[in-house]
Amino acid sequence: MDVKETRYKLTLCDGTACIHNHSKAVQQALETELDKHGLKDSVSIHLSGCLGMCTKGPILIVNPGYIMYGRVQVEDVPEIVESHLVNNKAVTRLIITEDHLYNRFFRIFGDVDFFGKQMRIALRNCGIIDPENIDNYLSLRGYEALAKALETMTPGQVIEEVKKSGLRGRGGAGFPTGLKWEFTANQDSDEKYVICNADEGDPGAFMDRSAIEGDPHTVLEGMMIGGYAIGAGKGIIYIRAEYPLAIKRLEKAIASAREHGLLGENILGSDFAFDIEIRLGAGAFVCGEETALIHSIEGHRGMPRPRPPYPSVKGLFGKPTLINNVETWANIPVILLDGADWFNTVGTETSKGTKVFAVAGRVQNTGLVEVPMGTTLREIIYDICGGIPNGKRFKAVQTGGPSGGCLPEHYLDTEIDYESLAKAGSIMGSGGMIVIDEDSCMVSLARFFLEFTQDESCGKCTPCREGTKRMYEILTRITEGQGQPGDIEKLQRLGEMIKHSSLCGLGQSAPNPVLSTIENFREEYEEHIQDKKCRAGQCTALLSYTINDKCVGCGACKRVCPVNAIEGVRKEKHRILQEVCIRCGQCYEVCKFDAITKA
Amino acid sequence: MTELAQDKMTTLREFMAEVSNKDYAESYLIAVLHKTQELFGYVPRQVMDEASEALQIPTAHIWGVATFYHYFNLEPIGRHTISVCMGTACYVKGATQVLDVLKKELGVEVGKTTEDRLFTLQEARCLGACGIAPVIMIDDKIYGELDAKKTVEIINQYRKAAAESRKV
Repeated sequence: MDVKETRYKLTLCDGTACIHNHSKAVQQALETELDKHGLKDSVSIHLSGCLGMCTKGPILIVNPGYIMYGRVQVEDVPEIVESHLVNNKAVTRLIITEDHLYNRFFRIFGDVDFFGKQMRIALRNCGIIDPENIDNYLSLRGYEALAKALETMTPGQVIEEVKKSGLRGRGGAGFPTGLKWEFTANQDSDEKYVICNADEGDPGAFMDRSAIEGDPHTVLEGMMIGGYAIGAGKGIIYIRAEYPLAIKRLEKAIASAREHGLLGENILGSDFAFDIEIRLGAGAFVCGEETALIHSIEGHRGMPRPRPPYPSVKGLFGKPTLINNVETWANIPVILLDGADWFNTVGTETSKGTKVFAVAGRVQNTGLVEVPMGTTLREIIYDICGGIPNGKRFKAVQTGGPSGGCLPEHYLDTEIDYESLAKAGSIMGSGGMIVIDEDSCMVSLARFFLEFTQDESCGKCTPCREGTKRMYEILTRITEGQGQPGDIEKLQRLGEMIKHSSLCGLGQSAPNPVLSTIENFREEYEEHIQDKKCRAGQCTALLSYTINDKCVGCGACKRVCPVNAIEGVRKEKHRILQEVCIRCGQCYEVCKFDAITKA
Repeated sequence: MTELAQDKMTTLREFMAEVSNKDYAESYLIAVLHKTQELFGYVPRQVMDEASEALQIPTAHIWGVATFYHYFNLEPIGRHTISVCMGTACYVKGATQVLDVLKKELGVEVGKTTEDRLFTLQEARCLGACGIAPVIMIDDKIYGELDAKKTVEIINQYRKAAAESRKV
């Protein structure tokens, strides 16, 4: 086949059934039309063998975009060429639409290992559509769910469908989404709000960012449907200021939705009115907590308050408010179009649908993966993400960000859902997943998370403000070789106390990384305290680099040292100045003679 | 007290006038602070007084909000802002070493500006570039897969560029 660089590649099914349905005439018509528009060099036509979907023939696939047209007749050809190939607008009426929304992803990426085991519902359009082009979204059944809701469903029916789907909040706690909608809908108020929580703050998690950057309209559509269901006229997206590209894409998406009459008054000819505004966060992790987030939108310090009353009763500006996270909103259009019954078939008994995980750390393919609930950690880490690089051993996986726990090897075959992770001593959280290999020290990892939470603690309640600080101090002294007998028990006691007495989710979950590492890696804590040793060689205070007699004086270490801590004459044994050395380990890496001792 | 650029002040006043007419005007305080920082690079004390007038919020409250959020700088910053990502992925891949090297090389602690006003060193929460950890961001540019040596090289590039622009 002649492979030219063309703007569009058309694949026309050339199987017996399609030929019987006049595909040859369609091919001729295509060639004539392309010629007419002068597109002969920028569009190529390829004939394929039977696609197997014979009842829909003739089938024409347009790439890029993988738009599949069915029952294409000669009369349709001028429209396809004019609209799709010239004006870049797919001909919606001809697209084969029975297939589920999530399916599209597989057709394109299914044969790559990384994608093979994934199932993309929330991220179904990411990487496929042009996020800044609303027509692209529309051509892939965009806003069809909204139209369906407005035209054929009552708000009550929408809520019923979401309830039936079994969807649970993807932001962390896993509260049933439909119930939340129902509570807010049941409130009697002249004003109600819908909020999208895009204040993704977990270190190592970037699924919300990618979802918005890749497919902003899905989030808008979800929010509009939510607004219709609960009777709200206004939506607010609260997003981190640290995500400039996501903000830009949202702004653009909102503007195009307004132009198309999808936001504003009388949406799609109904009497439903809705508009969306963006509010920026300003770098406070605690604002991911819903009551803190509301305070922040109101222009205050982002501090949580006790619940009840829940935001569904008394939320933004004192009005009933429905808050869902980005990923939750992105699931809504699919549930409405593909149906709750279908959604229900994906996942486990208690957790339906898929979950997006941001996999990072010591793993071959870091990135975003969306898998059905019930997938095992092993499948995610080894099958999808390619396992641990450099032949290192897997040590643990941290799920749920700084609020989650560290799970060791024997949890690898746990089927992930909200309950199983909680049982294992961790949480689903927003879906951060950090893979840790043998080179990482669990004590300093726990300390790292505590450093984060104690810094992000808003200071309102004492257990969190003071408690996390004390835990951090104890962990610091352990990693610096100053650990005392009884420190482990102190950490456990303090941790339990903070968990039970803190005001919001931040404090209640802050001790998790410490408690779970003590539970699963207690021996490492004991080594640090009793033997003043860090087996991973990561706690630099317990470590020093020295040059031994194998040194031939080649000077490689001296050249690589970033702080000039190595001195010595060529061809003579060199020396490391301990007071200057930052223990970066570069000399150790570069030495070919095994002449540097790390102890 | 330094004199603030008048044209920027005008832009800011227009923005404040616009939001003060909206419903729940006081809720736009954080937006005003963002706008201020976008214009001046930090949130000057004088601006807080103006915002207090415009939005009818006590300056003390504005101070409280501005200090609560990490994003806002209350002091002028250097020509380049270096944000060292301390997200989990970067941490696991050696972000602390990168930070240590920077502290040593620049001679400043986190949150401070070098004497020559060239760099402000900051820690950042996850920058979302975990695939190429450890990363730093200088202004809007991301540098990934760093080690101590590469980090120093990057700093020296910026120094060289600054020295050259001084010569011209």
